[in-house]
Amino acid sequence: MTEAESIITTIGLTKRYGRQNAVDSLSFQVRDGEIFGFLGPNGAGKSTTLLMLLGLTRPTEGSALVCGLNPQRRAMEIKRMVGYLPENVGYYGDMDAVQTLEFIADLNGIARKEAGDKIRDVLELVGLGENGRKKVGAYSRGMKQRLGIAEVLIKDPKVLFLDEPTLGLDPDGAIRLIELVQSLNRERGITVLLSSHHLHQVQKISHRVGIMIRGKMMAEGTIDTLAREKFGLGDEKYTLEEIYMKYFQEE
Amino acid sequence: MGGLMAIYRKELGDYFSSYRFVILFALIAMVSFITSYIAAISLRESIAQDAMRGRFLFLMLFSTEGARFSMIQFVAFFGPLIGLFLGFDAINRERAHGTLVKVVSQPIYRDAVINGKFLAGVTVIIVMIVAIVLVITGFGLTLLGVVPEVEEILRMAVYVVISIFYISFWLGVSILFSILFRSTATSALASVAAWILLSFVVFFGASAVANAVAPVDQRGGVDMEALMRNVRITENVSLFSPMVLYMNSTATIVDPSVKTTKSFILQGPWEQILSARFQNPLSLGQSLVVVIPYLISLVAITFICFAVSYTVFMVQEIRM
Repeated sequence: MTEAESIITTIGLTKRYGRQNAVDSLSFQVRDGEIFGFLGPNGAGKSTTLLMLLGLTRPTEGSALVCGLNPQRRAMEIKRMVGYLPENVGYYGDMDAVQTLEFIADLNGIARKEAGDKIRDVLELVGLGENGRKKVGAYSRGMKQRLGIAEVLIKDPKVLFLDEPTLGLDPDGAIRLIELVQSLNRERGITVLLSSHHLHQVQKISHRVGIMIRGKMMAEGTIDTLAREKFGLGDEKYTLEEIYMKYFQEE
Repeated sequence: MGGLMAIYRKELGDYFSSYRFVILFALIAMVSFITSYIAAISLRESIAQDAMRGRFLFLMLFSTEGARFSMIQFVAFFGPLIGLFLGFDAINRERAHGTLVKVVSQPIYRDAVINGKFLAGVTVIIVMIVAIVLVITGFGLTLLGVVPEVEEILRMAVYVVISIFYISFWLGVSILFSILFRSTATSALASVAAWILLSFVVFFGASAVANAVAPVDQRGGVDMEALMRNVRITENVSLFSPMVLYMNSTATIVDPSVKTTKSFILQGPWEQILSARFQNPLSLGQSLVVVIPYLISLVAITFICFAVSYTVFMVQEIRM
């Protein structure tokens, strides 16, 4: 399991709300420089896991290491390195993209001068270069999600947590977003923890995937490994969708 | 610190560019304009009839009840609304729009959010109060032709500081409700309910409580003991209202001829003789001494209210 350097490690991570286990002794690893497809049905505890990794929610039991740091003690340092795009993230509708990014840069303590160039760069990168002065309230959903990516890139992150970034996007928008994520991983070496229901897209870009169901990690590994585990050593290529459904039905 | 300033700057920008601020400011400017104008007119008449003594004419611009309301009473009654309007959706709007998680996942401490929002609100309050006082001052200068004395300016400064704390208390209350309730409509309603309860129900209900606890039997002549007990209970109960605290603490500050906040019946014989004998106004220092307990209570409840909001916000699940 530990051949490559791991950038996220959780050991028995558990979060209980009342008597319900939202996350149930979760142990998994994400390796440096990979795209990790974080899959599972709605309410499986993926978002809760991400919040715990950022130190925004306190785990009931277990521990985690992100970039070698404990999120409960050193959340500030982690948040400086990790860009997090929450599920259903909101935007200040009366600001334009540049103002939004200026605010985010300000929160990250980036000096105003430096921020100006950076904002132009990231807007160009996510393909919003021409819409920088348009109010975010008038953005389409796809544009908003790309602005969300721009927001997390402002801090030059080592790791990205993308929680359902493709939710509610049209096929074209989803594909373009996924391609953007892939290029960030390839060109900047950013490790990506990607949760998405667009399994076909995830399969295309993920190095490894984890399938989480009801707070438990049911499987973790490359898609080939999982296919072999579930379907035996067949020659035929299984899609991630088939593997996922198999796990889901067994549960 | 960086995060705090970033939030503060953004909130301040939001406030000053919002319709909410414009409407509030227009409303308050209008009312203060009218009250001070009416006060100035009636003051001018009094001066003409030589009924006034020369001193502290300027302060009367704020404390004279022109038509039912002096400027100061207006702030006591409706000033809380400024605080409530500024804060009632501070946290839950960000929650509802999904921006709160985004902000706290940046490298800032979580308390920067609530501190920044509170400080920005307080700044807006300061701007409003100071602006209004200055407007009335300028207005009074032209209408009455009096120039304020140094002491009057000092007294106004103290009054402004007290008012800022008073309104900030209500800002704290509304921010607390915006943390406790998910919907902005609920928190707005709860804030207004708290305002009515603490300002009016307590204020007017105090004597009802006193009558229930220590009834005054008027049949067998006046029982002074019972009457005093009744009045004392009324005053103590009404102290639960921040409005009473505020009115008491500004009473001697703005009107130097007021020497005590006690009702006449509760004053000892010496106090009664002294206030009848000596008509001279109190010095600012002495006025402060009279009201310092109220002043401290007012500042204390402001801090307590903010501390409660702070604590609740810090322990709350971020996704709630």
